[in-house]
Amino acid sequence: MVLVETRALVKRFGSFTAVDGISFSVGSGEVVGFLGPNGAGKSTTMRLIAGFLEPTAGSAHICGHDSHADPVSARLRLGYLPEGAPLYPDMSVGAFLEFVAGMRGLDSARTRERLAEIVESIELGSVWNRRIDALSKGYKRRVGIAQAMVHDPDVLILDEPTDGLDPNQKHEVRELIRSIAANKAIIISTHILEEVEAVCTRAIIIARGRMLADATPAELIAKTPETGPDGMARSGSLRLEDYFREITRTPVEA
Amino acid sequence: MSMIMRVFRREFAAYFATPLAAVFLTVFLAIIAGMTFFLANFFDRGQADLSAFFMWHPWIFLVLMPAIGMRLWAEERRSGTIELLMTLPVSTWYLVIGKWLAGWVFAGLALLLTMPLWITVNYLGSPDNGVILASYLGSWLMAGSFLAISACVSALTKNQVLAFIGAVVIGFLFVMAGFDLVLSAIQPWAPAIVVEAISSMSFIAHFQRITEGVLEVPALIFFFSLIAFALWLNVQILQVRKAA
Ligand SMILES: Nc1ncnc2c1ncn2[C@@H]1O[C@H](COP(=O)(O)OP(=O)(O)OP(=O)(O)O)[C@@H](O)[C@H]1O
Ligand SMILES: [Mg+2]
Repeated sequence: MVLVETRALVKRFGSFTAVDGISFSVGSGEVVGFLGPNGAGKSTTMRLIAGFLEPTAGSAHICGHDSHADPVSARLRLGYLPEGAPLYPDMSVGAFLEFVAGMRGLDSARTRERLAEIVESIELGSVWNRRIDALSKGYKRRVGIAQAMVHDPDVLILDEPTDGLDPNQKHEVRELIRSIAANKAIIISTHILEEVEAVCTRAIIIARGRMLADATPAELIAKTPETGPDGMARSGSLRLEDYFREITRTPVEA
Repeated sequence: MSMIMRVFRREFAAYFATPLAAVFLTVFLAIIAGMTFFLANFFDRGQADLSAFFMWHPWIFLVLMPAIGMRLWAEERRSGTIELLMTLPVSTWYLVIGKWLAGWVFAGLALLLTMPLWITVNYLGSPDNGVILASYLGSWLMAGSFLAISACVSALTKNQVLAFIGAVVIGFLFVMAGFDLVLSAIQPWAPAIVVEAISSMSFIAHFQRITEGVLEVPALIFFFSLIAFALWLNVQILQVRKAA
């Protein structure tokens, strides 16, 4: 079942084209990794799907609802972590998550139930009453992930979810994503290629607003030689990195 | 409705999360007391009414309402939380109304703190309490109008200082609109209907009618309509910015 679909998405800022005709669809059970150099258009694409930006052309759909024309229905099924995990600094973690849960339409019983689960899985118990501006970067990111998952949405769009987390937490978040992936569509953006190999069922490589590759991590890895330039055998994520370099370095226009 | 209340509660609490609220309320009371007692000679007038108090409201609100309203959207843009807020599954209207309402109730709280003055005039004489009540209501609505304008300007920028200045400038136009000075400057060249339209936008003229106890209802309707229009404009600004 297709849960997220983009059709020839285009976004221009003035004369600059940040997203240039991106079309793909993500089905239930898939975890898609968005890869691409800085400024490739990953966050812009995610903002278009989430309906924060209006596309210049094309459309994005969440569970069949156009995220621009029918935003409320689309967003009810979406959990979104914006780039940099923005949060209200003057709120406590608990108050913030309760606010988001309420705004996402959960009643108080369901809010309590979901928050109890999430506190457990994202380990937020120790900071529950802390003000958000007093949290470390990693905890802020965790609160950002928690707010995206609070309503148990069908679609999760997480912009750099593991940025700023320590290795243990990176591992925990990957485990978490894997464990909830079964009947959801999840899109994550990341610069960590081993993360793609670890959690993603599919990788989409974007550069200059265009899609350069769309395949499983294993397929992408298979496209590069098993030995690096130094003659040593290369691991999967290193070969993914080789491939990433190779295709994103060549000018798109050429 | 419950969504508006959630936005309202979060936003209202945000005013009290910093010393801003206390500072604001103190400044407001100090200014209003200073103007009423020293500039307008409240006690020497020998009249048991509050007109010396209300006459300053348009001028005080002109500066203080932008101070309350400037953060409403600009702060969300600066910190990026606007992306979180505007991808929640609620209509933009609820966000706009909830935020404005938080500022408006805060302004109402400031007005409420001036109640001792009302009690004092009743102790000193027998004022027309109906007019005073209407004046308070009118003052609150005028505060809401200034705030709705401030919220609109705040939605245009991520710079709170710019939002403040922009709101003061626009508010100033609405305050000045009814002055003879302004009207006589445009009369020679503008058609009568334009002059009429501009003078009918005057916050001071409408507010004065309320405090004098004449034609209160049209003046109240004026402020209500202005608030509704500014909130509508606020929604439009947020929609247009998405396409930018
Ligand atoms: N509001 C905006 N106005 C103008 N240009 C913008 C705007 N938002 C993004 N851009 C530009 O669009 C391009 C794509 O940005 P985007 O944030 O989508 O990249 P990204 O792939 O997420 O990069 P990163 O890996 O650094 O997060 C960049 O060149 C950026 O400068
Ligand atoms: Mg990005």
